[in-house]
Amino acid sequence: MKLIHLASFLCGVIFSLGLIEGKMIDPATVLAFLDFAGTWKPTLVFVLADAVMVASIGVVVQKRRTRPWLDKAFYMPTRKKIDRHLIIGSMVFGVGWGMVGLCPGPAVATLLTGNVKTLVFLMALLAGMHGFSLWSRRAG
Amino acid sequence: MTLSDPDFQGLAGGLLIGLSCATYLLLTGRSVGISGMVAGVFAEKRLSPDKAFLLGLVAGPLLWHLVWGVWPPITIHASFLTVAISGLLVGVGTRLGNGCTSGHGVMGMARLSARSLVAVAGFLAMGALAATLSHLLTGSTQP
Repeated sequence: MKLIHLASFLCGVIFSLGLIEGKMIDPATVLAFLDFAGTWKPTLVFVLADAVMVASIGVVVQKRRTRPWLDKAFYMPTRKKIDRHLIIGSMVFGVGWGMVGLCPGPAVATLLTGNVKTLVFLMALLAGMHGFSLWSRRAG
Repeated sequence: MTLSDPDFQGLAGGLLIGLSCATYLLLTGRSVGISGMVAGVFAEKRLSPDKAFLLGLVAGPLLWHLVWGVWPPITIHASFLTVAISGLLVGVGTRLGNGCTSGHGVMGMARLSARSLVAVAGFLAMGALAATLSHLLTGSTQP
């Protein structure tokens, strides 16, 4: 284990504590935002807007640097094109997200909390990802 | 505008999430995106920054339990079948769309990525539609 792994681990811990403090680890909070037929609560907006603002400070600093502190280069997403896959994929994700209120981050965070339903969700998530990679390899 | 307790907790939570993303970017040169990290877990055996991040994500609630003596509440009213279908859709959708609420929602928005803006609009719209419809159809999505 190197310093970069320790630093990454700690970033993951901070992210996780943020999900817990902002109640995003609880699908009920997510549904309270997405479900317009229930008691609507804006918590998700506060979490997301604040997270984006703070993260963008990091992006501003990144633009002034040629390399990160603990690695040789920045490995940033390079795709620019807005295509059918992006639109359909995010909509399919949205349907799944709105059905239960779980997305990948909170689902992974609950792994060792003993919750059986989030474990089922994670298994299905991995199956979906695996199925997709088989399909995309065959489709070329 | 008056902020309630959950709003303040939301802001505090968002601050930590943003701090984590900014730090991960500046230290490791990588953009936080949980769905992409999960998809890469089985790609190779070696420990990577992304894998270490996921381990930290898993350790968070354990640390919370250690300090506060309670687990963070997780409330799910949906049936096991619904949860399984939801997981499948999230797995396929995040691969096809190359990201989820962290990669597109937080880092993509912070980078002012047009792709991420489209993705966020897509998953927020469909998320609201699915949540509202399933509430109206089953009446049991919320406590």
